[in-house]
Formats: sequence, C-alpha cells, structure tokens
Amino acid sequence: MSGAILVVTEHLGGQFTDATFELLALANGLATSTGAEVEAALVGADVAGMTTQLGAAGRVLLIEDPALESFNPHGHACVVAGLVADREPGIVLVPYTSTGMDMASHIASRSDLPLVSYCQSIDASAGLAATCQLYAGKIEADVSVDGDRAVFAVLSGAAAAADGRRDGSPTVESVTVEVPGGTSFTGQVEPEAGDVDITVQDVLLVVGRGIESEDNIEEVAELAEALGGAVAASRPVVDQGWLPKTRQVGKSGLTVKPKVYLALGVSGAPEHVEGMRDSSTIIAVNTDPQAPIFGVAHHGWVGDLFDLVPELADLLEGS
Amino acid sequence: MDIAVLLRAVPDPVEELELNDDETDLDRDYLGYVLNEFDDHALEEALLLKEDTGGSVTAYAIGTSDEVEQILVTAIAKGADAAVKLGDDLGVLDAHAQSEIFAAALGERSHQAILCGVQASDEIDGQVAMLLSARLGHPHVSVVVATSVTDAGLSVTKEYWAGITATYDVRLPAVLGIQAARQAPRYVAVSRIRQAQDSGALSEVDTVAPASSSGVTITAIRIPESGAGAEMISGDETAAAEQIVALLQAAGVGGAP
Repeated sequence: MSGAILVVTEHLGGQFTDATFELLALANGLATSTGAEVEAALVGADVAGMTTQLGAAGRVLLIEDPALESFNPHGHACVVAGLVADREPGIVLVPYTSTGMDMASHIASRSDLPLVSYCQSIDASAGLAATCQLYAGKIEADVSVDGDRAVFAVLSGAAAAADGRRDGSPTVESVTVEVPGGTSFTGQVEPEAGDVDITVQDVLLVVGRGIESEDNIEEVAELAEALGGAVAASRPVVDQGWLPKTRQVGKSGLTVKPKVYLALGVSGAPEHVEGMRDSSTIIAVNTDPQAPIFGVAHHGWVGDLFDLVPELADLLEGS
Repeated sequence: MDIAVLLRAVPDPVEELELNDDETDLDRDYLGYVLNEFDDHALEEALLLKEDTGGSVTAYAIGTSDEVEQILVTAIAKGADAAVKLGDDLGVLDAHAQSEIFAAALGERSHQAILCGVQASDEIDGQVAMLLSARLGHPHVSVVVATSVTDAGLSVTKEYWAGITATYDVRLPAVLGIQAARQAPRYVAVSRIRQAQDSGALSEVDTVAPASSSGVTITAIRIPESGAGAEMISGDETAAAEQIVALLQAAGVGGAP
C-alpha cells in the first residue's frame, strides 16, 4: 500500500456522527499494520473549530466553502473526489451511510480506483483485501483488490466508535477547491413527533417483510400492547406504508435498545442490525434458518410467526 | 419530462442461497431472480413524476437473466411508455459493468431525470446509480424518498438517518438513487401484464458485456454461521411460545414470573 489512510468524515448540526469515529478507529488499526499516516477530510463551512474532535487523525484536510455548509450531494462528492485525485491516499474510508453513498462512487471513479462496498473489515498487511456482506447479510464475501490503492465504503460496526473518539490537535491543512453546481441544499426536516417513541420502550415487537400484509400487523400490535411495549418495523414494512416512519428501526430509521427485542419475520439486513444490535435480549423468529438476524440474536426459533403469535397471545392472556 | 428508470434483477431475497462448488459465487442454476426492491420504488417514483408533469417514462434493464423481460413488461403494464432490454443472456455483471452498459445506452438519449434504486444486494464494487452519475458527469442525489418538479429542475428529498431528511434543488439532467417512492409501488393485474406483452413497447438493443474490470475480485464466499451467538429454541410453536414468554418474564416484561 502507498500513501496515507484518508477518512471522509460526516457531520450534522456541528456533531460528527458515530460512523466518523468508527472509521477513525478502523484507520488507526490499519495504520498500525501499514505505518501509513491517518488523515481526515473535513468538509463544510466554518468547521475549523471541529478539528480538535479529530484527535485520532494525524492531519485534517479542511475544505470550507459556503456552498458546503450543509451536506451537498454533488458538491461534497466532487470536492472530496478532487482531494483524493490530488493527494493520492492509499486507502480512502467512506462510511456506508446516507452521505457516504453520495460520495464513494465519485471518489473511486474520478481517480479510477477500485471501490469495495458493503465492507465490514479490511486487511492491508499484504496487498489489500476485505470482507463484505452481500445479499442483505446472507452471504459473507472475501475480496482481493487489484493494485495498492482503493476506496472502501464501510458498514457501521466495523470498529468501535469509542476507539476513534479522541480530542487532540491534529495538523490542519486548508485545501482550496471549486465547488461545482448541480445540487443545492434548500432545507432540513426533522421527524414529526406525536407517535409512540420506540426508543424508550422496554419491549419491542418488530415486524419485517415476513408480516406479508398490513392487515397482519394488528395482531402483533395488540400483543405488543399486552406486553406494555410497542410494535416497530424494518424498512420494507415502512416503505410499503404499513407503519409510519417513526416506527422504523435501522440505518435510515431509529436506533433502539429495549430490554427485549422480538423480531418477527425480520431477515436482519446489516442496515437493520445497525439500529438494534445493542438491545439487551434479542429474540428472533424467522422461517428462513439462514436469516442473518439469527447471527445477532440471543435466542432464535425457526418457524412461522403466524403460528407463534396466537400462541403467545393465549399464554399472555392466561398469565 | 423524459424520465429513464433503470431496473435490475437480483436474487430473490427470501430464497435460500446455496454456494457453487468452488465457493466463489452463488449456485445460480436454480436461483430465482426478482426486481430489485429499490428499483421497484424508482419505477414508482418515475411514474408519479410523469403523472405530475407529463412526459414519458422509459424503463431500461440489462439482459442478465431470464426474468428481465418479465420485469420490463410489468413496468410497461404499470405505466412505462417504453422498455428497452440491453443485451441478452449476459450473465452476472458487477456494478461497474452495469453502469458502463447503462451509460452507453443512456448517452445516446436525452432523458432529463434518470432514476435507479439506491442500492442492490449484490453491488460489491459500488452503487450502479452513483457510478453512472460519475460516468455521465450528471449531478446526483442518493437515498431519495420524494421528488417534485420546480421551474429550474427538480426538488428532491434525501433521507439522512433517524427520520431526518433534507431537500435539494437539482439541476437536470441528473441521476437519482431512490430509497423509497412517495407511495408504495403500485400493483398491476396479470391481465394488464398480458396486454403489455403484446403492446410492442418492449425493444431490445444489442449489447455485449464490457471487458473492463472493477479491480475487485471475490476470492471466497460463505454463509455466515446462523445463530452463531444465538441459543436456538427447538420444538413447535407452543413450545417456542412458552420459552419466549419465560424469556420475557426473565427480562422483567410481560407480567410476573
């Protein structure tokens, strides 16, 4: 491998995301095996004050422009791609998040670098290799990368955020760039309050694709209520409009840590697991013995949720 | 507005997956393919945009498996004005190869908005939508959950996380990676699909698989050990329910033990 390890940071409302610190932790691990320097790209407007939070990086490459005050999909992608083309880092780490998905492919394309997506671990000790999750977490793949430089779009959980969260005074280098037009930020919308807050429930009954229809949710919701909890869902259920966005667990939804998380027909794609893996007790029910949810669950039953739910209701009614 | 939507066939997410003999790919002999769910949302959003503004929707898909033709015919039945199948029997293609084929096909046309699902479950070498925008040099937004027409182009809503969204003005032509349409994808009756089959709206363009490589090679795949950390409950649903209630009670929810 040649060149530095560059972490593309992500921030919202003046705060770096956990994904940023996870990547810094991952970068420091790779730095140990390669001897490369860890750099962080910080893009925004008036963000120089945030560099002290990036103590896990040796150097911060600071790009400031009024057009980059809020995340700007095409603008951010092009300026970071330009930075990578100019400085030629060996490894570029981009979070596989909403903002990272706008940037990774552009960075790789502009410098004609290989891009490894859905990445969960990287080995740079001899050449570049990685492990990735494919088919919504049902398959794990080892990949090798041609050449000695690449971009990695890294899934949440590849390293511990706590290991990358360090204050310090990294060297700060300002980089001047031209921001292309094309996309411009017009506003940010916070989620509507008013529905049940699934982040404070002791028990969540979470329905996934296996619930099959909107009508089937009622029975699960009643059971959740009987347990003093609430019904939540994975993304496919919310995308169908069967439950509101406020009930969605996962990467684009909410992160929850209930005492008991009962997953009913949830496959357990990485995007979902990201939002629930720290629950105290995870119980998974799925007809597919290969469902990745069983990899994160503490207890599992392979079977049909439609057989189980009435039995649970009967037992709880009797208790 | 002339809108393109890109559709891809992916292994059915509810099917059990098996590995090939040398464990470098899925055993694809009996594998069923379905429309990538995010592409289904992209199609829905494209149809909604057309309903808002007039114009046309053209669906494109690469001939990677037998199911592709049915996917395109279904798109016509749902309201696409035309459908184009790019090549036939091209087999498995990575995201770089797909974006190269789509870029060549779209470069000859003048679509103002190109919509594609934000991701697919097999995109190990990058997202087709965003690779395509880089190739075409068009502005892009990914993780889009709504679009609307403005005087200058499109206003799109992008989802960040935790229910937070942001809106952007986008200059056209542009590529959008769709996470979810404004409404659930529409259903279409089988009779309409049969009609669409005979509509003449489906055409095929000769296409060959690109020779270039993404630089990423899968050396081994495996099925993660299911339930590696989980204690599996055995027995029928009655036994399972009893054990789950015991677990609930041990955790202090669902009534006294």
